[in-house]
Amino acid sequence: MIKVIANKEIEVNDEGYLVDFKQWDREVCECIAGECNVVLTEKHYEVIEYLQEKHKKEEPLSIRGIKKSGVINIKEFYNLFPGGPLKISTKIAGIPKPKSCI
Amino acid sequence: MKNLVILGAGTSGTMMSNHLISKLPKDEWTITIVDQYKTHYYQPGFLFLPFDIYTSKQVKKNGKKFIPKQVNYILEKIDLIRPEENKINLESGTTLDYDILIIATGTKIAPDEIEGMNGPEWYKSIFDFYTYEGAKALRNKLREWEGGKLVVHITEMPIKCPVAPLEFAFLADSYFKNKGIRDKVEITYVTPLGGAFTKPKATEALHYLLEEKNIKEVTDFNIERVDYENHKIIDYADVEVDYDLLVTVPTNMGDALIERSGMGDDLNFVPTHKATLQTKDYENVFAIGDATNLPASKAGSVAHFEAEILTDNILRYIKGEPLKEEFDGHANCFVETGNGKALLIDFNYTHEPVEGTFPIPGVGPLKLLKESRTNHMGKMAFRWIYWNMLIKGIHIPFVSATMNEKGKKFDKVTN
Repeated sequence: MIKVIANKEIEVNDEGYLVDFKQWDREVCECIAGECNVVLTEKHYEVIEYLQEKHKKEEPLSIRGIKKSGVINIKEFYNLFPGGPLKISTKIAGIPKPKSCI
Repeated sequence: MKNLVILGAGTSGTMMSNHLISKLPKDEWTITIVDQYKTHYYQPGFLFLPFDIYTSKQVKKNGKKFIPKQVNYILEKIDLIRPEENKINLESGTTLDYDILIIATGTKIAPDEIEGMNGPEWYKSIFDFYTYEGAKALRNKLREWEGGKLVVHITEMPIKCPVAPLEFAFLADSYFKNKGIRDKVEITYVTPLGGAFTKPKATEALHYLLEEKNIKEVTDFNIERVDYENHKIIDYADVEVDYDLLVTVPTNMGDALIERSGMGDDLNFVPTHKATLQTKDYENVFAIGDATNLPASKAGSVAHFEAEILTDNILRYIKGEPLKEEFDGHANCFVETGNGKALLIDFNYTHEPVEGTFPIPGVGPLKLLKESRTNHMGKMAFRWIYWNMLIKGIHIPFVSATMNEKGKKFDKVTN
């Protein structure tokens, strides 16, 4: 479905995740973050870049992967993206949320 | 003579030895396969062992039976891969030279990764069912367990056979119903993901199963530690889940050999091209099955489809031809839902499981993403197919290595 985010027509899935990462930019990112009640700081962007890099390499994301990332520790990750940190941070980063095969 | 060496004689390695023995000229190539264990396990059977549906004898056989006689079979622990020199060190000090190497060393559970998991309560109130030992210990526990809080738990992704924990929860529901103690058992499914089902079509079609079977869901739970003294699992957000019996899928990691040899990622999986199965770092080293870092399911069916494509690519590599970028992540899995029923799912890198018919488009006889008794019969028959066809490299009729899009109800491509 198409959703207007930051005055742009963006294709998203039923849960609001971007379908095409090419449509992601900082303005889109700020808007999605706003919807998730997250106010972005430079630290958030560092994490977002790390997640996007992992996604590009098709490496699976996990909380314990974050621990080994060297970018942030797990407690900080929870503080930056309260609720479900991976679920929320991937949405803001414009990449699919971690999922299983079914 | 040239040497092709296969490391690991599990599902993938055994299949590759069978495929290649008939394809490589015997006067030019020697094929060697190395594994430290003499037993070949039917791993899908580990799901049934705890519930006394399969006996321990039905899930294991002597591995040698399935390795072609012309293949040099070495029963020994592998010490090191030296990819820069095309050599393998075995534990006894023997060195093997190779021209082509296939890594098929699989994945293992790593319960030590979580504090308190592999402690004094391991195989007392905390169990895995991803190993023969774990499944058997759990069977003995379930035989005498009188009820309480059963927690079925996934530590982190990726894991082998991602649907198995869900199947375990469904089969547990049936098991306790049949024992007449279902009212004394509370079943909770705890996952680090956003739900027990994570894909839109599957969630829509199958979420009723959890409600019907009264299985509670705890989602987005990222375990930090097991408090084995107080019977609790605790996550990084300090959420606690109480258990009397914890059935967990620990972190899955590639073999320690991969780490020792400096060839793996953070979880010891080998970086591999997802369409050709050639490793990213060495052009004469290929990887298959659970040992790779492919974004496909870690499952026997995936290994089966990969084996057909890898065989072709090894022949191309030998002839100096470009490799075919053919593997599409195809997986095909039966999912037990309890009460003598099962589902069948068929999917690949880009398509999520959808409804339709399998293996013959429009005909079936198996129906995708729907519960049926026929699908359960299929899952039960699969054990025979595994021992008699699959690992021997015999093609299964109508089932292609890449996913067939006919006879399936696609409405969009997912990412």
